[in-house]
Amino acid sequence: MQSNFKNMVLSLSLIAVFAGLTLASVYTLTKEPIALSKQAKQQNAIREVLPAFKRLDEAEKVKVATGDSLEMYKAYGNNDTFLGAAVETVSHNGYSGDIKLMVGFDVKGNIINYSVLEQMETPGLGTKIVDWFRTETRNQSIIGKNPVKNNLTVSKDGGEIDAITAATISSRAFLEAVQNAYDAYAENSDMLKRDGESGATETNDNKNDSIQIKQE
Amino acid sequence: MNQQSNLKIFLNGILKENPTFVLVLGMCPTLATTSSAINGMSMGLATTFVLFGSNVVISLLKNLIPDKVRIPAFIVVIATFVTVVELVMQAYVPTLFESLGIFIPLIVVNCIVLGRAEAFASKNSVGKSALDGLGMGLGFTFALTLLGTVRELLGTGKAFGFTIYNEQYGMLLFVLAPGAFIALGYLIALMNKLQKAKK
Repeated sequence: MQSNFKNMVLSLSLIAVFAGLTLASVYTLTKEPIALSKQAKQQNAIREVLPAFKRLDEAEKVKVATGDSLEMYKAYGNNDTFLGAAVETVSHNGYSGDIKLMVGFDVKGNIINYSVLEQMETPGLGTKIVDWFRTETRNQSIIGKNPVKNNLTVSKDGGEIDAITAATISSRAFLEAVQNAYDAYAENSDMLKRDGESGATETNDNKNDSIQIKQE
Repeated sequence: MNQQSNLKIFLNGILKENPTFVLVLGMCPTLATTSSAINGMSMGLATTFVLFGSNVVISLLKNLIPDKVRIPAFIVVIATFVTVVELVMQAYVPTLFESLGIFIPLIVVNCIVLGRAEAFASKNSVGKSALDGLGMGLGFTFALTLLGTVRELLGTGKAFGFTIYNEQYGMLLFVLAPGAFIALGYLIALMNKLQKAKK
């Protein structure tokens, strides 16, 4: 077809209008399912990382030393006994992109379980974070460990957790996210504060936090 | 081209002009998303949908688009289909969407899609273009699934997530980028040999 200014402008505009209309309608149709699936994922993650609970508090925003504001969900069992909390945490030091996790802590601050919400690590290497840190072989697992009592960094950095083979950066980022989650939990859990005042490490941790916050 | 029977057009994309093994087009998603068989297959199917849709629409519009603006017009059509796939996947198969990540939006710049629009759909009837899109797409899917299976099997000892042998004997290299090049090279060589044997 011969091109002239009029038919070029006309045909391109028409195509763009149709494309816009199509996308607008598909967007409206999928908006709700997308929001639902994101929410379902978060709810499943909370359920996965906490013991069976009766009631869940609304999300509490907690600011941590890295400047992120994390969401914390406190869980209660029968007679409103406090069971622990799930913290949605993030690390910006992943191999590619952010790593988002949901980490569950019990009343004493021990890690119950975790669930990876979002990650873009290398398939076959960094993506192993999904299960690696809850597999009970060698020193991989962080389940049942307490970020105050246990040094939750990779063994290369002097910690006690084995990093994923060929994915140390992802492992570091993962453990950093767990530490952030714990900081958020410790700062906002009255039970831990009461316990923590007697323990030297805990107070140290809090000091470090407040110093870092001041620096910002 | 016009004398070709419909079946031939369809099979053309799968074997004789397989986009990956013969035309060697669209290498970026081929190498990047085939770290596992299931990822390769899903990427292939997403591309098939886009190819089919864009081929049909472009073939319908071919007499309305002035020559000088045909490439931007094709790209708008292709981008629309890709965004539809992206939104639908995000809504109904979120886990798959996450594992394919950035490569779904990048189907827009996959040269197979634009290549078929320019070389085939803009010159042939709707029916033939649809068959061509389907054939090319399935050929791409077939190639990606094969490459994904080989890499997954050699790298992690699994195929489609099922363990075949112990993971610790796997060659990690094959999950990484260099392994993609090596595996693809051998597969192309093998395909060429098979094609020659047939003649």
